[in-house]
Amino acid sequence: MEPIIRVNGLSKRYRVGGGNGYGSLRESIVKTAKAPLRLLNSRTRNNTANGKSHFWALKDVAFEVQPGEVLGLVGSNGAGKSTLLKVLSRITRPTSGRVELYGRVRSLLEVGTGFHPELTGRENVFLNGAILGMRRSETARKFDEIVAFAEVEKFIDTPVKHYSSGMYVRLAFAVAAYLEPEILLVDEVLAVGDIRFWQKSTDKMRQLNAQGMTIVLVTHNMWLIQTVCTRGILLKKGQIDVEGRPQLVIDAYRRTAETLKEDTTTSNGGDEKGAIESLQLLPTEDWTSDGEATPGAPIRLKFTAYVPSEPRVKFYVRIASPDGVPFFTVYSELANVPSSGRVTCEAKIPRLMLHGGDYLVWVGVCSDRDQEDKLLQANVPLVVSQTGSAHPERGLFWNEAAWEIS
Amino acid sequence: MNSAERKLEPADGIGQDLPDGSEKRALHAVEDVLPAPAKVRSPALIIEGNKWIGPDLREMWAHRELFLFLAWRDVKVRYKQTALGASWAILQPLISMVVFTMLFGRLAKVPSEGQPYAIFSYAGLLPWNFFTTAVTNSSNSLISSTNLITKVYFPRLLVPTAAVGACLVDIAIAALMLFAIMPFYGVGFHASLLMLVPLVMLAALTAAALGIWTSALNVKYRDIRYALPFAIQMLMFLTPVIYPISFLPERWRWLLRLNPLSGIIEGFRDAVFGRPFNWEGLAISALVTLGLLVGAAFVFSRMEEEFADVI
Repeated sequence: MEPIIRVNGLSKRYRVGGGNGYGSLRESIVKTAKAPLRLLNSRTRNNTANGKSHFWALKDVAFEVQPGEVLGLVGSNGAGKSTLLKVLSRITRPTSGRVELYGRVRSLLEVGTGFHPELTGRENVFLNGAILGMRRSETARKFDEIVAFAEVEKFIDTPVKHYSSGMYVRLAFAVAAYLEPEILLVDEVLAVGDIRFWQKSTDKMRQLNAQGMTIVLVTHNMWLIQTVCTRGILLKKGQIDVEGRPQLVIDAYRRTAETLKEDTTTSNGGDEKGAIESLQLLPTEDWTSDGEATPGAPIRLKFTAYVPSEPRVKFYVRIASPDGVPFFTVYSELANVPSSGRVTCEAKIPRLMLHGGDYLVWVGVCSDRDQEDKLLQANVPLVVSQTGSAHPERGLFWNEAAWEIS
Repeated sequence: MNSAERKLEPADGIGQDLPDGSEKRALHAVEDVLPAPAKVRSPALIIEGNKWIGPDLREMWAHRELFLFLAWRDVKVRYKQTALGASWAILQPLISMVVFTMLFGRLAKVPSEGQPYAIFSYAGLLPWNFFTTAVTNSSNSLISSTNLITKVYFPRLLVPTAAVGACLVDIAIAALMLFAIMPFYGVGFHASLLMLVPLVMLAALTAAALGIWTSALNVKYRDIRYALPFAIQMLMFLTPVIYPISFLPERWRWLLRLNPLSGIIEGFRDAVFGRPFNWEGLAISALVTLGLLVGAAFVFSRMEEEFADVI
């Protein structure tokens, strides 16, 4: 199949220091005065460093994307991911090189670009749609779906300055999710919003991809790369370092020093550390149809870990708040790792005594020597549906008691 | 560089990490549905560095709805949280008219071509106020749209032009006020008033030309923000707003004619008082405006590709 995106020799140079800030008119006037001298060798004008230092945000990048692929771009900060996306979405021009795009491109580099706080939700949907490249008739046709997806029906005629940040983000993402381009460029936008919406929006991306949309995604979230992407590219200092299967790229990314500490604590020589290859929550019959757990219902989850370096490991499941405060952790018995290094683990917590809300479920593998020696971990969001109104004063957990009242 | 590894991984690794393989199935289904690509395809879009070709009018046209939306947003938001709302569009020229009539009409006895000075000055203030607000808003439009410019692509030219478009609502409101006060000064209605529409359009193009030019410069040189209000103030003396062109000695009038606003303001007065139009003067205004517009559009499109990096 012919590629839908073809990138060749793409480079982007930024000026560092003086030239990047606001120019001063005086400097320019001086330059103009000197211009006749420079005109004599005008060819060099754009190419010489001219005494200023330059920085290559992208250097000779080349790759292709096939229709229907979901390409994940990863790399540490400053590796050039966002610059690459900005060049692909025409926000900034490359210094040299060429990009060929064989389809309608829409980019989502930020949720809610152009939202105006004084305008109502309805008005912002249309404005934002137009900014992102939708026709008014198109927006009008999808309006109800957008509002339903964002779950802001009641407030659609309220100025968005009165919205909660969650509502704001939901509405903004919903507009973008209904763009229906052939190529969608997304930058880290899914890092915002609550966990339930995060899940909903990743599902939406999968659905869009299943309908044939090609997606290029910049993210720091390895879980997203693993579950949504079909291929990955690791950028390092503006160049392609590794390209290939998501797992290959994730492993390479984890090996780079800039990643989180917990990912780099290794027992023996990091390279064969392994990975958690899949992780999913398995709904039980008590769950709501939206995929939410109910307070007191059991939760089941299943994950596969690749642990080539350890003969015996322990597994754990930890429930934490979305911002990472752990509530409790349950550990398994020590288990033998088969010679393939691949272990599948299914865990069930029979009764989840959590109130309604958003949680993060971490699973991990630790070595048999020390429970704290965490080899691998991964997480998945969990939503417990709210029954009745929230009572934060009652605490994080609920429990039962046997009473004897005399 | 790990080129061997890069080429090693074909796309058929798709979905293999997913236990249920649903993604794999979905993707294959898509491949079946997609039409077979033509033998020779031309890209829908090519992005290259340093290929400057001037403003892309076709693309502007394709984004005409966005132009309307941006203008509509400006109108909608402009008078939000003001107590007097859109009446500001009337109050500004009205108060200026009263002050000017007292000061220049009564005290300084500036001639008004035999017409009531109040209407004479209002008819001049109408396009002048429109021009100044439009240029000021337009010149600031790009830097106040930083979030748009760094996050999404669209023809940048829409931003300063939509800012001018939004000011058309103000001049329409202010014009209604003019029609309301005309009878009080015994100025009748003439068919020539219809010329106000093309005259406003010409004023809008002049404002757009300056707005396009200054907004682009403003991205790089914030000096514009200080220079422009001052320049506009000075320009008022070189524009026949408070005095008629005939106020100047004959041999200097050509200088005033080079200011496109002279012809426009004179045309406004001719339309209001039902006098024959000075077509020659209007033609000069239109030509100068056209020249400014083309020049501004080229300056803009040359600076445009830097906006996202510099702003």
